This record gives sequence, structure tokens and C-alpha cells, in this order.
Amino acid sequence: MPLLSLKNLSKRFDKTQAVADVSLDVERGEFFGLLGPSGCGKTTTLRMIAGLETPDSGSIEFDGRDITNLPAERRGFGMVFQNYALFPHLNVFENVAFGLRARHKPNPEIRERVKGALELVQLPGYEKRRVDELSGGQQQRVAIARAIAIEPALLLFDEPLSNLDVTLREETRGELRELVNRLGLTAVYVTHDQEEAFALCDRISVMVGGRILQTGLPRDLYEHPAQLLVGQFLGRNNLIRAIRLSAGKSELAEFQTLEGGHTIRIAVGDKNLVPLNQACILAIRPEHILITKLDDQLENAVPATVREINFAGATSSIKLDANGLTLEALALEAAGLSVGDHCIAVLPPERISLLRNE
Amino acid sequence: MSEERPSSVGQRARPPRGQPAWGASHHRTSDGTAAALSPRLILLLIVVVVLLYGVIYPNLHVVIASLQRDGGWSLLNYREVLSQNIVLESIFASIGISVLTVLFCAGVGVPLAFLFERYTFPARRFFATLAALPLVLPPLVGTVAFIFLCGESGILARLVQSVFQLQHSPWSLRGWSALLLFHTYTMYPFFYILTGAGLSRIDASLAEAGRSLGAGKTRVLTRIVLPQLTPSLIAAALLTFMTSMASFSAPLLFGGGVRVLTLEIYTARQRGDARMALTETVVLAAISLSALVFFQRYEGTRKFAAAAMKGAAKRRKAVSAGYVRALAIACGVLFSVLLVLPVATLVLVSFAKEGSWTTQTLPSSYTLANYTKIFSDSSALEVFLNSLSMSAIAAGAALIWSFCVAALIARKGRRHWKRVLSWLILVPWALPGTVVAVSLAEAYGKPSPLLGSFILVGTFWILPVVYFLRFMPLVVRAVQASMEQIDAALEEAASSLGAQWWQRFTRVTLPLVWPGAIAGTLLAFVIALGEYVASVLVFVPHNRPISIAIASELRDFNLGAAAAYGVVLITVIGLIMILAGRLETSTSAG
Repeated sequence: MPLLSLKNLSKRFDKTQAVADVSLDVERGEFFGLLGPSGCGKTTTLRMIAGLETPDSGSIEFDGRDITNLPAERRGFGMVFQNYALFPHLNVFENVAFGLRARHKPNPEIRERVKGALELVQLPGYEKRRVDELSGGQQQRVAIARAIAIEPALLLFDEPLSNLDVTLREETRGELRELVNRLGLTAVYVTHDQEEAFALCDRISVMVGGRILQTGLPRDLYEHPAQLLVGQFLGRNNLIRAIRLSAGKSELAEFQTLEGGHTIRIAVGDKNLVPLNQACILAIRPEHILITKLDDQLENAVPATVREINFAGATSSIKLDANGLTLEALALEAAGLSVGDHCIAVLPPERISLLRNE
Repeated sequence: MSEERPSSVGQRARPPRGQPAWGASHHRTSDGTAAALSPRLILLLIVVVVLLYGVIYPNLHVVIASLQRDGGWSLLNYREVLSQNIVLESIFASIGISVLTVLFCAGVGVPLAFLFERYTFPARRFFATLAALPLVLPPLVGTVAFIFLCGESGILARLVQSVFQLQHSPWSLRGWSALLLFHTYTMYPFFYILTGAGLSRIDASLAEAGRSLGAGKTRVLTRIVLPQLTPSLIAAALLTFMTSMASFSAPLLFGGGVRVLTLEIYTARQRGDARMALTETVVLAAISLSALVFFQRYEGTRKFAAAAMKGAAKRRKAVSAGYVRALAIACGVLFSVLLVLPVATLVLVSFAKEGSWTTQTLPSSYTLANYTKIFSDSSALEVFLNSLSMSAIAAGAALIWSFCVAALIARKGRRHWKRVLSWLILVPWALPGTVVAVSLAEAYGKPSPLLGSFILVGTFWILPVVYFLRFMPLVVRAVQASMEQIDAALEEAASSLGAQWWQRFTRVTLPLVWPGAIAGTLLAFVIALGEYVASVLVFVPHNRPISIAIASELRDFNLGAAAAYGVVLITVIGLIMILAGRLETSTSAG
């Protein structure tokens, strides 16, 4: 049985449908991500889990109980806010102790638990500091300490790292994951940063326009997006319009690209097949396209011309023109290639996804 | 709001995993059993009762009474009143003076705000603070000081007379020009303060963007800065207009032949013409409320959502060129002398020996007698205690009341009744003090359906009630403004940490709102201390406030004593305002 279960949640704000029919399950001990562009309803979903918004319809179950209408203060979930929401009139100790005082814990226990929480976030001895004396990263840690001090049944994160600069963000990310693992907590993490979601989360739901488009392991989402919108949102992708041809060779289905007229074969199960002669979209990641100079009879080898080479540090992005079909490839070294060269672009069948265009 | 939600019976089954069953007993109170007497309901009851007794009933009573004649409904009162030339003149004068006052105050206050907000020069902060001084000057005391300074037998007039060897006083402080001069002096701070605040809020990068797009300085001013200032300017215009409409002390003491509505109502009541006073009160109230609605509607169309981006830091330009600098300093000194002069005069006169100041430019001999008189005379001391206690009662009640209102009109959910509530609370502020006093006096001057045979008028309580009604909107605004500044996420964080609504209120909201609330309360207290307009209509002889004592000393030509009262009052007010300022800076720094 999942620990947290959302069933057909919907929420409207005036004229906008913020969340539409969202269902998902979070298992015990899981680090679950809600990933989507801004305004996709991920924060609203998180706030409904926290009890800060009431859903218009649908239900939320936690540990087998319906908590849909339970007020936030009685859920016992810790939440880390995007702007941290530290109480400006209280010092670090009182901020972390806030939830414990609300529970009328005896003072010695409060002292002990606050000390422990501050040690966990590597801020021992900061008890007497004012929160506005702390750096952004330290405030962030206090916010986390405050949320874990109440020994939350579920930990909720609302883009907690978005106010930190890049290096600090990556550092904190690792520590956060380690901390949640060590405490054996279950977490729901909202972010618009796919890299962050991939690095942190065990499973991810991709939300766009208030709906969950796909839920799965980070790698599966990245390599096999089920829908065009997911493919577009997660990293760069070559989206190739094609129609399925009548004939297929063994387990490979055969497609013809609308631009360039190339024949592409991909490995695809029968259930995902589109009807014959109907337009569909094939997706392949730039880093999965191989560029060679020799035609050695590989599957899906497409002759192309180099149009652009963009140096981007570790890799180079190479724009190719294959008889009207524009492809973007990523190569570790662009050595030996220059603009105007003829080459062969190889699209490995197992790397190509067939997208539903909904 | 969680506490608005219907009770969730049966969901208390067991706490979430890993949670001790903390506070299980506390949950019960927010559940169905206590719903009949929930704190919210009690608050609502208090608020409704106060508004009913203080705002709805008295005002309705006056309107209804004005529409009745010989026991039947009739418009005869209005026909009679509006057919009198004197009344029409006073309506015209009230509106005309108010409109001109708004223009004059804008003319002084706006450039001054630009000067202090945009440029830096020696002692800028000192002058900037000084410029707000007239705001805390009680109107009656200001009027008295003006008479001493520039009245026809005041210091300036006598100075000119003696220098030029004139037979008669060179001018008389009477009529429209005198009123406009005094109004401008006392009310320009509305424009000065609000424009300054508006300017400091404008993101300097917007002006920089304008410049980078090729707009010249004038264009940036007219197309970027001024449009963003509009809300501030409208708010200032509204405040000035309403204050001017309600102005009473100045027309009373040096209005000369100018009749304004407030004065008309007062004299009608003195004559015992209750019907006329009532009808004129309704007319004055109607004008004030329409002005409020007009300005607020206009303001609503001109609000800009503040772009929550990182803006460029504003920098004040240093006035560096030698002669400009000298000029700026000279202007500053002149300006501050002008500002301080009336108060300085008051201080001077307070030390003048009684009867020693007859035809000389300055009083010829000085004494402490005026002060020893008001401090040794037990009846004079009593006057101070009266004002202090009544103002303290009113301000304290306003503070408690504001938290009741604020807790009720919490941030989420826009309901219709909340708007009605906010509007009703604003009404006593929008109504001139004369109107508030007359409506209370009429409603509770005889046995009433709300108070039975208890007659409020003539008791100690009438003035505290009037002060409370007049100044509680100030405190409510202060509390609401500080509440709006609290990040909504703080309360959400508190509730996610398990704090019940009263824990959230006492541990998060209250500590954050407190400084603003206290500052607002002190302001209300200070204004109530010098209140005259309403006091003069309903005060009780054995419970006279300071303002009434000043007016009666003045009537007896005890100028020194009147001035001494004024100086003590200003000193007390000044000390309290400094305290309020300390309070605000000490907390905003943290």
C-alpha cells in the first residue's frame, strides 16, 4: 500500500484550472519528484498535500486514512518553503523549536531535538543567531532543520534550492538527499529544474498544464518520453515528423520522415504502434546521434551536411542538414568536422522514441 | 482558512505515523462541539455590535431625523435649509476652500518631496523630519499660534507696522486667504509624506530604462515617474480634501466672514436650531462620503502591480556646485524657520507676562507664571488628566478593536461582507468630527432604542466614545497594513509545523504586527489629546479636555495661559511621537 495517495485531485483558482484530475502514489521511503514548468500546478498539488489548499474534488489518503479535509496543523508533515519562511522575529533556536513548542514538548526535549536537527544540517552552535544574519544557504538549512525537527511523517519541498546560486545548489542537493535517506523519510519534492529532479528523486511525475503527463524513473522519462510535451520539456530532443510505412523488418517498424524522406526503423512494441500512413513524431536525443564519415551499413544512417558547430565546453553541439531534415547532435569532440562537411548521421533504433501527440 | 472549514469528525482517528499523539485534547476545541461559541463568532459579534452602536445607528438616526417633519416623512427640512443663501454660500465655501487647499498643498508638498527624496545636502535628514512637523500640531493649537504670529495684532504685523511707521495693522488675518494659508501650512505634509513614500518605492531602474530608450529627463518625469506616483497623489489629495472639509478651528478663530459648513452646524446647534444642524450635518456627510467614493474609485483605476524584481538601488544626487549648495542650504534654513516660527511664537507668548503684551512687537516682560499657574491650579491639572485618560481609553479600545477586526478580516477569501465591514469602519474617519459628534449627540442625547433610558450625552463616556470612533480607523489601517506586509508563507509554515490558529496568531502574527499597531495607537492617542472639533460640541463642563481649556483661556484673553497649555500639549505629543518613531526603527532594523 502506498504511503501517500492522491486520487483525482482538481483545483480551480477563479478562471484557471490549476490542477486537473491528478492521481499519484508515493511509496514509503521514496523521494518523489513533481517536475514541470512554472504555472503547471505542481506547487498547488504540493500545497494540497500539505493541507494549505483544499481540493475542489478528489481525495488525499495518507497511510490508509483520508486526510483531504484535515487542516495543515494536524497533518504532521514538514514543509520547506521556496523563500524558507523563517520567522523573522525569532532566532534560529526558536525557529527550529517552533513546531515542538506547538506540540507542548518539555523544554529539555526541545533543546535536545533542536540541537540534533541543527547538527544534522551542519549548523551546530547557531542557536542564538538571528535569522537575518544568516546567508541564504544557512537560512535554507535552518528551514530544513525546522521541518525535520518535528519528525515529520512526510517531508514536502517547494523548490527549496531555487534561491541558491549554482554551486551551492549542487552541494546542498547532495546533502539533502543524503539527509533524507539517513532519516528514512518519505519526501515529495517540487521543482522546475529537471537536472535537480533527476539527481534527487527516485521517481518523478512530469506535470504540464495542471495534469500529470508521465510518471516514472528519471532515466525512463528521459530516454522514453511517452508524450510530445514530456519530450519537449525534458532536455533537448530532435523531434522528427514521420509516417509509418506499410512494411516492417523483423521487430523494427519502418517510418518515413516527412522532411528529407529518410527511412527510419525503430524498435517498438505492437501496442504502441500508430496506424499505417498516419503522421507521428519520433524523438531522439542529440547525444544519441552518432556522426561518422564512413557509411558502414549501420541501421538508420542518414547522409547529412554540417551547418553549424557550437562549442559548449565539454561538448559541442552540431547542427546537421539531412536533405531538409534538421538534426542536432552532441559530440564530445568536433575535431575533424567543419561547417560544410558531408557526413553520416546514425540514429540507433533503440534510442528513438515514438511519441503520442496529444 | 482551516478554521472556516466544516469540522472533520472521525478524522482524528490516529496521528500520522511516527507522531506521538500530541495535543489531541486541543483538537476538540476546533471541532464541532465548540462551534456554537467559536472565537470567530465572538469576534464577529463584538465587531457587529460596536459598528451598530457607533456607526450604523447614530448615522441612520440623523438621516432619518433630517427626513422627518411633524412626525411624517418630508423633504421640507432640505428645502428650507437649501433655500437659505447662507447655507448655499457655506457649501460653496467649504468645497471651494477644500479644492484650493488641495492645489496649494500639492504645490508645496510635491516639490519638497522631490527635493528631499532626490537630492542630498547638509542636514537633509533633519529638514526632512522637520517638514512633517505640522502634521502633529493640533489644529486648535496651530490656529492659536498663527494668530499670535501673523494675526492683525500678531508679531509679524506689529514688526511691519513699527518698521514702516504705519498707523494701522498692515493686514488682517481673515477670510479665504487666511484659511488657505493656514490649511496649506498644516496639510501640505500629506502630499509631502505620501509623495516621498511613493518616490522611494519607484524602482530606479525603470527611470534608467526610460533614459536608455532615449527619453529625456522631462519625458521620464512625465511618462514614467508621475504616472507611478498617481496613487500616492490621489491618496494625498483625498486626505487633504477631507481634512479641509472637516476644518473647524481655523474658520472659527479667523475665518472672518467666511462661513463653512462645520461652522454653520456649530452655530446652528449653539442657537438651539437642532433641525437645521441635523440637515446640514447630513449635507456635510454626503459631500465627504462622495469625495471618498470618488477618490477611491479613481485610485482603483490607477494602481500598478509592483514588479517584484530586483531593482536598481536608488541614489540621491549630491548637490555639489558651490552656489547651488549655498542656495539649497539657505532655502532649507528659511524653510525650517518658517515651519518652526508659529511654534516658536507660541513658546514665546507662553512666557509673556499676563497683560504685558499690548502694542509692542514682542512681549516686553517674561515670566514662568503661566506654567506655574497651569501646573499648580488643580483644575488646570485636571484638564490634562481628563485628556490623557480619555485619549488613553479611546486609543486602548481602538487597539483591541483593531485586532478583533484584523483577525476577522484575515487575508484569504474575498467576501462581500468583509468589504461592507471595511467600509463601515472607514465611515467615521471619512466623516468630519462635527458630523460624528452631532450624530452621537442626537442619537444618544435622549432615551434610545439601543441604550434604553441610559443617556450617553452628558456623561464622562461621551468623549472617549467620540475619540474612539473618530480615530479607530487609523489604528485599524495601521494593523492591516502591517498584516499585509507579513509573508503569507510564515503563517503557512506555522500551520505546517502544527500550530493551531491561536498559536499562529499569538506567536507569529502578533509579534510581527505589534510595532505597527503600537505606532498607530500612539498616533491615535496623540491626535485625540488635542481634539477640539467634536469635543466642543459634546464636552461636559466637569470633564473638559485640554482643547476646551485653551479655547476658554483665549476667550478670556489669557493669551499666556492659552499658549502655555499649547506648549505643554505639543511637548507631550512630540515626546510620544519620538517614542513611536524609536519603536518603529528599532524593530524595522531587526
